[in-house]
Amino acid sequence: MGGDAVITVRGLRKAYGDVEAVRGIDLTVGRGEVFALLGPNGAGKTTTVEIMEGYRDRSAGEVDVLGYDPAKAGSDYRRHIGIVLQSTGVDPFLTVRETVDLYAGYYPKPRDVDEVIDLVGLGEKRDSRVNKLSGGQQRRLDVAVALAGDPELLFLDEPTTGFDPNARRNAWEIVKNLTALGKTVFLTTHFMDEAQVLAHRVAVIARGEIVAEGAPDTIAGRDRMQTRVRFRLPSGAPEPPSWGQTPQPDGSWAMSTSDATRTANDITGWALAKGLTLDVFEVTRPTLEDVYLDLTGGEVGTE
Amino acid sequence: MRAVLRQLRFTNKAFWRNPASAFFTFAFPLMFLVIFTSLLGGGEVPLQGTDLSQSTYFVGVMSAFGVISACYTNIAITTVFSRDAGVLKRLRGTPLPSWAYLTSRVAHGMIVGAILVVVMMAFGALVYGVTLPTGGSLVSFVVAFLVGSLALAALALALTGLVPNADAAPPIVNASILPLLFISGVFIPMGDDAPTWMTTVADIFPIKHLVDAMLNSFLGGYTLPGSGIHPFAMDWSDIAVVAAWGIAGLVIATRTFSWEPRR
Repeated sequence: MGGDAVITVRGLRKAYGDVEAVRGIDLTVGRGEVFALLGPNGAGKTTTVEIMEGYRDRSAGEVDVLGYDPAKAGSDYRRHIGIVLQSTGVDPFLTVRETVDLYAGYYPKPRDVDEVIDLVGLGEKRDSRVNKLSGGQQRRLDVAVALAGDPELLFLDEPTTGFDPNARRNAWEIVKNLTALGKTVFLTTHFMDEAQVLAHRVAVIARGEIVAEGAPDTIAGRDRMQTRVRFRLPSGAPEPPSWGQTPQPDGSWAMSTSDATRTANDITGWALAKGLTLDVFEVTRPTLEDVYLDLTGGEVGTE
Repeated sequence: MRAVLRQLRFTNKAFWRNPASAFFTFAFPLMFLVIFTSLLGGGEVPLQGTDLSQSTYFVGVMSAFGVISACYTNIAITTVFSRDAGVLKRLRGTPLPSWAYLTSRVAHGMIVGAILVVVMMAFGALVYGVTLPTGGSLVSFVVAFLVGSLALAALALALTGLVPNADAAPPIVNASILPLLFISGVFIPMGDDAPTWMTTVADIFPIKHLVDAMLNSFLGGYTLPGSGIHPFAMDWSDIAVVAAWGIAGLVIATRTFSWEPRR
């Protein structure tokens, strides 16, 4: 294991026939980190994560996960990881508790079964059969099953796709709980807000390549990008001095600034000095979505 | 080994809770036995120069059908269902060795098959006074059961490689087995006067050999009335053909078996 890196990927490539799904990516994920691989559908997220999980072999490059090469690793490697695949199932005729118990039994040092069930919020459904659970509950069971073996590293492949907003917030809470337990989480998603809320670090993947990597707040110079300021004066207000603003069709003023603190202070200071209350005052930082759309060439993840 | 037994326990629990598998695998062969013996139990089948009572005949062949149902049809269909639902892919991501999972699945089929055989024999003995195999006949019957169930399980796993998805599983699996059941004397006794072309075709496939091996060993203790001659004995060449098919199935299964849904 190289230092405190849990995952090290160098020059990873994967071709399906003539189509190269992953075209030379490098990644490093540290212990205890929540790392999000963010990208539109078909960008190569699932291929990448399934190579790390050991489901697919690679065409080229090096992959080291917890000191194992997933392509050659066996049961030993899988004792240390938990996997939530995009679409998986468990036996529909077992109960929630039986299912978690069954999977916990595959690992040398499993977590307490009931504790895992409570952690994902299925306590009330403990004795329900899997085929009686809602879609969201089944997904939570997926997470419970992945946690049953008390893995050091958890792979979550689009864990909230198809969730309603409520279920997504619940799932996020679960992932945050995992971080508190010191787990390393490798997450793929096409939701910007998910990456923003959960990840310590984000890599944006587009057309099989990593196009940006960093903390959600600073990725691709997001923190250095110009901030947009917009304000509207009450009727009868005097003409403001020029801070670089331009009039907008709706009668408000807008401007871009690289120093939002000073600009905001100039505008509000002037308004206060004149005894004015601004009808509208907005300071908008570029969102992760703006950065993402810019980086991925406008391919928004559907769904 | 502990992992196999544990997996077996959960497989078994899920099996009996699934109405489709419990009914089609377990109740079906028993239902056929009752229907056939009730309808035809009084008649006779000309076999090996003797006239065997239909009830005795059906207890023998329906035992074979039970094993086929549990170890072939059931294993093939449920494995495709598990594969399509992503259960197999998920298991592949756990430390459970693949062999342990497959062994437990096959062992479960064999246990269900064994229960079916025992229930049918008990039914035959109690209702029709059928003589049950003992001694050497019993040993050859057990050999036929073991070789047959293992071979059928291997063929079932090999077949899953040809089934594209869960919807296609029941029709494909049934299409692969039903015609053979008909020409192998399972539903309709072929007796000594079956058309040659039919027995020739049936001889190629393992089902007739399995049915014959199980029926002949089951009837091993049968005595020709008034002569003391035992006309029935298991033919080891039948076992050899079944085993050969089983090995072929195993070779194909190791190459084509898929742990992931086919898309």
